[in-house]
Amino acid sequence: MSAPGTSPLFPDVFEPRETPYELFEEEHLALRSSIRDFINKEIAPNVEEWERAEDFPREVFKRIGELGFLGFKFPERFGGSGPDYVAECVLLEELAQAGSGGLAADIGAHKDLGCLYLYNFGNDAQREQWLIPALKGNLLTSFAVTEPDAGSDVASISTRAVRDGDDYILNGRKIFITNGSWCDLAIVAAKTDPDAGHRGISLFLVDAGAAGFERSRMKMLGWRTSHTGEFHFEDCRVPASALLGEEGMGFYQIMQNFQWERLAMAIGQTAGAARTYEMAKRYALQRKAFGREIGHFQVWRHRFADMASQIEMARALTYHAFRLFIHKAPCLAEVSMAKYLSSEVAYAVADEAVQVHGGYGYMMEFSAQRAWRDSRLGPIGGGTSEIMKEVITKALGI
Amino acid sequence: MAVTFFTEEHGELRRAVRRFAENELAPHADGWEDEGDFPDWVFRRAGELGFLGLVYPQEYGGQEADYFATIVFAEEIGRCNSGGVTLGLAVQTDMATPPIHRFGTKEQKRSYLAPSIAGTKIACLGISEPDAGSDVMNVATTARWDGSGWVINGRKIFITNGCRAHYMTLVAKTERDGASTGHSLFLVDTDTPGFIRTRRLDKVGMRTSDTAEILFDDCRVGPDALLGVEGEGFKHIMWELQGERLIGAIAATSGAARMLEATIAYVKQRQAFGKPLTGFQTVRHRLAEMATQVTAVRELIYSTAFRWNSGEYVVKQISMAKLLSATVACDVADGCLQLHGGHGYSMEFPIQRGWRDTRLNRIGGGTDEVMREVIGKMEGL
Repeated sequence: MSAPGTSPLFPDVFEPRETPYELFEEEHLALRSSIRDFINKEIAPNVEEWERAEDFPREVFKRIGELGFLGFKFPERFGGSGPDYVAECVLLEELAQAGSGGLAADIGAHKDLGCLYLYNFGNDAQREQWLIPALKGNLLTSFAVTEPDAGSDVASISTRAVRDGDDYILNGRKIFITNGSWCDLAIVAAKTDPDAGHRGISLFLVDAGAAGFERSRMKMLGWRTSHTGEFHFEDCRVPASALLGEEGMGFYQIMQNFQWERLAMAIGQTAGAARTYEMAKRYALQRKAFGREIGHFQVWRHRFADMASQIEMARALTYHAFRLFIHKAPCLAEVSMAKYLSSEVAYAVADEAVQVHGGYGYMMEFSAQRAWRDSRLGPIGGGTSEIMKEVITKALGI
Repeated sequence: MAVTFFTEEHGELRRAVRRFAENELAPHADGWEDEGDFPDWVFRRAGELGFLGLVYPQEYGGQEADYFATIVFAEEIGRCNSGGVTLGLAVQTDMATPPIHRFGTKEQKRSYLAPSIAGTKIACLGISEPDAGSDVMNVATTARWDGSGWVINGRKIFITNGCRAHYMTLVAKTERDGASTGHSLFLVDTDTPGFIRTRRLDKVGMRTSDTAEILFDDCRVGPDALLGVEGEGFKHIMWELQGERLIGAIAATSGAARMLEATIAYVKQRQAFGKPLTGFQTVRHRLAEMATQVTAVRELIYSTAFRWNSGEYVVKQISMAKLLSATVACDVADGCLQLHGGHGYSMEFPIQRGWRDTRLNRIGGGTDEVMREVIGKMEGL
């Protein structure tokens, strides 16, 4: 079992914080309402349009950077205000309220992957150069591990980075890279020693303008506003200073960061499920059939009761894993459980939301279908449910 | 470092309860199951050890601990391997006596609560009737004021501890001068004339627990038998049900965890097609699913208990915890039985008992369907 805090690979971003059972303090409640105001005023009103356009403006990053929302996990010297993971949790929950999975995913890929890798494993020069503008929202980042033939099986990636004098030369393909098609900086996992298995992987900072780095945007079932990209590296030359952390440590760096990535997903999925639930309930209480609101039919009352219970349970599990995480306790099993359960619950709730909407649930003009399409990614992204179960059994010693 | 509410004192208590369950009770479990009963000394011994008054005032022999002590007890006592024993004790500590502590007079606490904490008086709770279970509003048992006392008539059913109990905490409809005054609670000694045990009920599981059917036939009690406020009994018992459901949820979930633990041990050593069952991916994934459900529902219970312990009246969360703990426990029991294969169906293996005992959780203390009604209504549906 990985033990965050005891691993030498676990850097000081995870300083101990005394967190009581109640996660949220006064300051977090205030933060929540200010983030919610921002979402309600500046994001939510545009979501329908952005979803139709399958796009959203880059200025959103700049705006949330200005507001300080990208910096909760990072110290002041890089422009952050933390580390305060509880504040980050509030942000994740409120971003889910915008109702655009793709927008939340792009922002998440930037702040929970790109920026976090830069901070955790970057040297001061790299942090100065990339992290500071990234936290302002002026520079967009993405993180690229998955390839056409290797996803959760990280050790099997085939992208190569070959040392050539003072440079490395990258060749290979990456796929499903959230925020990738419009990022300014990609953090790319590549094999520096193909014979060393999982000890032969290293991470590189690749400027989007680098020669030999081609990319395109992928079409997806959901997350339509997300700029998810496919990368193609053909003799893409990067300087040795682009190496992030030590050569050969990429696998461990990735495994370490998986915990937060999955936890962030669990937090977002649970909040998203709660939003979808409320949307479905609102509809059920105004739509009439056979002379009364359909939500008052016993079958729907019970199905809503089941949904509400499942969401409450997913939240309790997610907060449990989160508490372990911020206390740097071993949490591999719990995080994987939270990611698996919350994404399954979110998708199940979205499916019920479509069902309760009847014919309208199938129409693109209603947003139930979007919740359904967006939430389908949950059990796939960041490690499938099947991978989560593998991790859980191993963590439990089965 | 585990992040929990449990302090070192809770750890001490956990060890003590586990010792009691494993050393003093579990060795008898199979015999008691065969007999379909367990002896009354279990109550006295649990009382001696201080386990029956964990949250009650010291004045009456209690420990004045917090609700997490109750959780510890409920989680550990199940190691006695007999659901009926666990159930009988839970009725004593968390169903029949909390209304005395909360609504009783000093005299009632001295006469009933103190000996219940000591384990010398066994309690039962009388809510369900042949025609009214969760529908408490429609109980038909009446207590008529005759000028100097109450005359009780009616029937109660599914009364855990009902055969052995020294007294019953009873829900009845009160009447004065031919007019109903609403629901009220009473403390009725079981040796009162007119308190008749008509049947001992045979059950599919929880077989060591005694379950009675009771007839009240002009059973007359004094004015001091009234518990709490006349006419407030419905509210009183709704409050009681919250603690009942929460402890039921804890017992169900810790039971599921133990079944899972035993099943993991079993599938690790059981060979099929030349390898242990854990070598099969579907077996591992089924275990991962069950482990996730058990962990999740436990956290739901803890977060609910945290609020309950702080004095919040969290009816919706308790109902959710009750509903999910019961459904998860039954699913886990069935999954575990399945992974035992033929042995799972054999009476020689304990898993069938867990499977039978667990099934009660989806019925007792309010069915799944009643929980969904409560939750749905609180959600405005």
